[in-house]
Amino acid sequence: MERKDIKKVLLLGSGALKIGEAGEFDYSGSQALKALKEEGIETVLINPNIATVQTSEGVADQIYFLPVTPYFVERVIAKERPQGILLAFGGQTALNCGVTLYKEGTLERYGVEVLGTPVQAIIDTEDRELFVERLDEIGVKTIRSEACETIDDAREAAARLGYPVILRAAYALGGLGSGFCDNEEQLNMLAEKAFSFSPQVLVEKSLKGWKEIEYEVVRDRYDNCITVCNMENFDPLGIHTGESIVIAPSQTLSNADYHKLRALAIRIIRHIGIVGECNVQYAFDPESEDYRVIEVNARLSRSSALASKATGYPLAFVAAKLGLGYGLFELKNSVTKTTSAFFEPALDYVVCKIPRWDLGKFRGVDRELGSSMKSVGEVMAIGRTFEEAIQKGLRMIGQGMHGFVGNKELLIDNLEEALKSPTDKRIFMIEKAFFAGYTVQQIHDLTKIDKWFLEKLLHIYEINSRLRKCNINTLEASLMREAKVYGFTDFQIARALGMGKEMDIDEAVPIVRRVRKQMGVLPFVKQIDTLAAEYPAHTNYLYLTYSASAHDIAYEMDKRSVVVLGSGAYRIGSSVEFDWCGVQALHTIRQEGYRSVMINYNPETVSTDYDMCDRLYFDELTFERVMDILELECPRGVIVSTGGQIPNNLALKLDAARVPILGTQARYIDNAEDREKFSEMLTRIGVDQPEWSALTNMEDVNAFIERVGFPVLVRPSYVLSGAAMNVCSNQDELERFLKLAANVSQKHPVVISKFMLNTKEVEMDAVASGGEIIAYAISEHIEYAGVHSGDATIQFPAQKLYVETVRRIKKISAQIARELNISGPFNIQYLARENEIKVIECNLRASRSFPFVSKVLKINLIELATKVMLGLLVEKPSKNFFDFDYVGIKASQFSFNRLQKADPVLGVDMSSTGEVGCLGEDVNSALLKAMLSVGYRIPRHSVLLSTGTAKDKAAMLEAARKLHDHGYVLYATGGTSRYLTDNGIPNTLVYWPSQEQMQPQALDLLHQHEIDMVVNIPKDLTQGELRNGYRLRRAAVDLNIPLITNARLASAFINAFTTLSLDDLAIRSWSEYK
Amino acid sequence: MKKVTLILQDGTTFSGFSFGYEGPACGEVVFNTAMSGYPESLTDPSYAGQLMVLTYPLVGNYGVPPFTFQPNGLPDYMESDRIYARAIIVSDYSGQYCHWNACESLSQWLKREHVPGITGVDTRQLTKVLREHGVMMGRIVMDGEDGKEAGFGTYEGVNFVAQVSCREIVHYRASDYSQPANRLPEDQPAKATAPGKRVVLVDCGVKANILRCLLERGVDVVRVPWDYDFNTLDFDGLFLANGPGDPDLCEPAVAHIRTFLQRQDVKPCMGICMGNQLLAKAAGATIYKLKYGHRSHNQPVRQLGTNRCFITTQNHGYAVEPSTLQEGWEPLFVNMNDGSNEGIRHREKPWFSAQFHPEACAGPVDTEFLFDDFVKLL
Repeated sequence: MERKDIKKVLLLGSGALKIGEAGEFDYSGSQALKALKEEGIETVLINPNIATVQTSEGVADQIYFLPVTPYFVERVIAKERPQGILLAFGGQTALNCGVTLYKEGTLERYGVEVLGTPVQAIIDTEDRELFVERLDEIGVKTIRSEACETIDDAREAAARLGYPVILRAAYALGGLGSGFCDNEEQLNMLAEKAFSFSPQVLVEKSLKGWKEIEYEVVRDRYDNCITVCNMENFDPLGIHTGESIVIAPSQTLSNADYHKLRALAIRIIRHIGIVGECNVQYAFDPESEDYRVIEVNARLSRSSALASKATGYPLAFVAAKLGLGYGLFELKNSVTKTTSAFFEPALDYVVCKIPRWDLGKFRGVDRELGSSMKSVGEVMAIGRTFEEAIQKGLRMIGQGMHGFVGNKELLIDNLEEALKSPTDKRIFMIEKAFFAGYTVQQIHDLTKIDKWFLEKLLHIYEINSRLRKCNINTLEASLMREAKVYGFTDFQIARALGMGKEMDIDEAVPIVRRVRKQMGVLPFVKQIDTLAAEYPAHTNYLYLTYSASAHDIAYEMDKRSVVVLGSGAYRIGSSVEFDWCGVQALHTIRQEGYRSVMINYNPETVSTDYDMCDRLYFDELTFERVMDILELECPRGVIVSTGGQIPNNLALKLDAARVPILGTQARYIDNAEDREKFSEMLTRIGVDQPEWSALTNMEDVNAFIERVGFPVLVRPSYVLSGAAMNVCSNQDELERFLKLAANVSQKHPVVISKFMLNTKEVEMDAVASGGEIIAYAISEHIEYAGVHSGDATIQFPAQKLYVETVRRIKKISAQIARELNISGPFNIQYLARENEIKVIECNLRASRSFPFVSKVLKINLIELATKVMLGLLVEKPSKNFFDFDYVGIKASQFSFNRLQKADPVLGVDMSSTGEVGCLGEDVNSALLKAMLSVGYRIPRHSVLLSTGTAKDKAAMLEAARKLHDHGYVLYATGGTSRYLTDNGIPNTLVYWPSQEQMQPQALDLLHQHEIDMVVNIPKDLTQGELRNGYRLRRAAVDLNIPLITNARLASAFINAFTTLSLDDLAIRSWSEYK
Repeated sequence: MKKVTLILQDGTTFSGFSFGYEGPACGEVVFNTAMSGYPESLTDPSYAGQLMVLTYPLVGNYGVPPFTFQPNGLPDYMESDRIYARAIIVSDYSGQYCHWNACESLSQWLKREHVPGITGVDTRQLTKVLREHGVMMGRIVMDGEDGKEAGFGTYEGVNFVAQVSCREIVHYRASDYSQPANRLPEDQPAKATAPGKRVVLVDCGVKANILRCLLERGVDVVRVPWDYDFNTLDFDGLFLANGPGDPDLCEPAVAHIRTFLQRQDVKPCMGICMGNQLLAKAAGATIYKLKYGHRSHNQPVRQLGTNRCFITTQNHGYAVEPSTLQEGWEPLFVNMNDGSNEGIRHREKPWFSAQFHPEACAGPVDTEFLFDDFVKLL
């Protein structure tokens, strides 16, 4: 390394988690910061995502919880004056911000050098035209489209490119007028339609059915290159790679195929001049050696995080070192520690990534998968057969599936259609197709999925069929072993053997387990060592497989292991915050001299970085697999309270299997989780709660509602992902929802509770030891109850609660902690109106807000909780949150722009994909930073108001007046306009889309970009009301115009930006808030 | 599938299922960590006398390409005329295959060529045994057959080069050569050419892709048996090919190379693998056997005195002791993992060699430029 002049480096994070930009950048940023630190370089991090590991104490020297936008980054640069900046570790957000700063000359002005890949190389890969040009220079083929102005041009272009072609109407939103043409006749028809949408049509060669292959390539400044990993998409071209099941390494490429694409990738990266890491994506013809380059990502990406986890090669860490000027040959392989980092990992296992979707959470969303990403998380499964890996993966996504077979039957109208058009459920359609007698060839024709993958799935199906011919007494050991080698769980086997007919399936599973063990069919632990056992490696990166005959490691049996269960796939409601909790727990365990052991399978996380713990099992969090591991580890105990709901749900079963659970005991967890028991307890200790009832028939439902009145909150108790809760405002809605989401029955009662309006929601995050609270944080939602706590904007410390309210909350929390004998983290949600306090729910585990309150408080609640759980003596921290003179605001990030057709309205079910937390001297400054961090902009001239009920209108009046006073032009829909005028606020009346004949139309103004912000507050969540505002809200999202749908939040935001200007916001690092 | 057992010389056994020819086999058990390229590896004559263990578990996925030949006798997709490994041992053989260029399954091919194949073996564990113990002899016993009496055979001391080398001189003309469908020239970087030049290739068990790499560069190749006195021929450059086994058993070839090095009319020379070892021996160096060899597609080598590093394909069990090289010679490449020699060159004269395989097949093609370097010297 020769860069001794670089002493301080700024790293840009990626901000809140959103669809397309998730936890993988916490992982890559954390690795980069570690690499810099190792060199003694001072690090500065800008990232408003307060729940991340990279924004934890000690990871970077200075942390700024500020928006990653050119304005704020420039102000941080002016203050910190770093010599270098890293742009490649914070996703597209950081890259775009960095390119702007470079183009505007800001970096040059402050003498900040971009480390790693030069900005021009980034621009070359980001700009489509430049990209094609650059690859043309070295004769590498790209996907190109020809712009045509007439049908004749289009015909000629198509003939040149060769059918089939894709036609796209230029400048048309949402793919209007696009489609495939196999011949000229089809082209004529489609082109006519396309030209009616747009004056220009793009004709592109269709590569439908081609394979999609990716390579992760690394280059140092000496021009040395390696490809760390290649990956093959299970789904053929046309489905975004983030939406595809991905296999590493490639499975269907011959040596010639593999190395042809590898050599091209290296040629490309050399020509473009990457220094660090990049990703090359190809379309590859299944019928020849023909290929096209789809794109090059000149930065760390989701794929690179996956490749790091798939191979054990720390791409981000190495890329950061290369940015500092190292050559690959100067670095060591971080797994073997003896061999060189200049090498290509050899895998002796297969890895399968499966996306996790939460489409069921959104009203109206389009379920078909395509070229844009909709998934919110992913899992990675490791196995030594493809079947084992994919079945593990299908369980890991946590959608109630048991693997490829043995699932609850999915009902479908048209199987052929379901195979043809890919959705989040397509792989399960393949199983249905086998059952219906389709051949591999037929399924291939419909799906274009490579026959090799389909044959493997058929293999699983056939094993299942063979199992179905047996019963537990006739099943032979050889078939038992075969089923396990190919990824079957004991549950799947029990089901295939028909044991569910004779007993509860939950009783059958332990029988299968016992029989299997008697047969000697056991899993083995294998290491991921990057070199396929060629060199000895002391790696702690492990997985389990049945395709083996020996363990790679020897166990100590010293009872010093403490196992932390991770949080699984990121999903709406559970993401990076639980990763932070898990990592903090691991740190503490290690610090206290125990062996820290993690079980998790999410490749986007820091907790699955093998450096974070003493042993990492990258494997399932099913009861079966956790028990397999615990039987080997014989741990001192297991922590189930830092990984969200998945480990929490395992508590009872683990306890029944006599696994030592550290912290709060399983029966108390059950007492909090079980509504009936919890409610009884509250009544017993005299704590109030919203009226509720678990009901099993419509008569009881109606009787209950007669008593409490509408609106009510309805929760199907057997909550499958997707069929979630809803607020019903009238009988009609209630009946419709109950019919749709839940069949009320004896076995599956529905929980209905009174829905409280105009009530504050307050959160208590705390740690208790032996039933006594030792640290706590009380925070307050800005929105009234009714917005899911995961979507709400939260202020901490609470700013507007009565002292009496706080006192009561503390008292009730202490009572509950004592009653449930809590030892460890917990969270209670309260409703507060006047001084009336009601408990909504209580979780005896860390909650989503733990990292936020810990970082604002500067007391690591998980560290405390972990110490408690380890049985250590913990002193109550002396700090009190009335002591500090700053405020933290947690705001939510929504990804509606990625979810075509979804209604961007907030309700009782969570829909945000991420969050930020910002600090400020007061609520206004913290809120403004937070809102800007999640993508809101301060409007320039005009705001559209449509403010719902009379109460909301009144609540918004002050804000509207402020807007007017600050010179904003106000547009308003009917009722709002009247109300504003009556109150002396000038405004322009605009019309709803339903008022077709009237002018001006609100939608037109949005399309003409006459409006900079939309405040649209539905009167209630009834279908009719939602329909009315839907087109307006959707248009705002599609046109990238900031939208707020809650009166309290809108008022707070308007108040903030009319009180403060950007320049008023202080640029202070986390450590400067004291 | 029939049950099969692999018995190692130290008594360790691994059981699996037969997916190839059902018959006994024995040989030196070696592991290869490559993740693709089983047709190329099986037909690589350097695997003669060996049982090949693949650490990558899924094998057979893309079937086997057609075993077709060009008019000059060069196979289109394979590395020689038949399978040379004595058996293949894998973890999860994939009976179903899918690839545009496949015409049969690996299983069918193995059966046709009478080569056993075992699946269902924990090849990672087997590799660890070989890594700790060093390579060992092993034998494959089919279920129901009495394997107790059979021996393990011998590897050391056997001149495999003599077994796999051509018997007579073969002439290849560059003008007769056409590229196979999986080596489209338009997708490859430009190559140096030397039309009309003639290279003598000493066949110790040459891989076809070495011949392709030379023919693609416009040179005519005269392939001679390993012990042939090529100094009697008229040629512009000498090529020393790869081959199996112990180079110390190839004294006749070394003697001819020594003569070549002493000629007044200095001609360029390049060697690969066994060629590196023979050239080094002719330059006075000694050879030793590695504990478990290098067989993979991910071996890092560094060109000495530079910052240039390459990922290479390797397949060798012996290595050159570079400190024993005579005056005038120096090491050219070094293995970045274990520091062993990966190539030598003469300080002044146009003679160099690589222990790795610049012709790849299978494996990365990053060092194919060495053929350009050689051709430019002609």
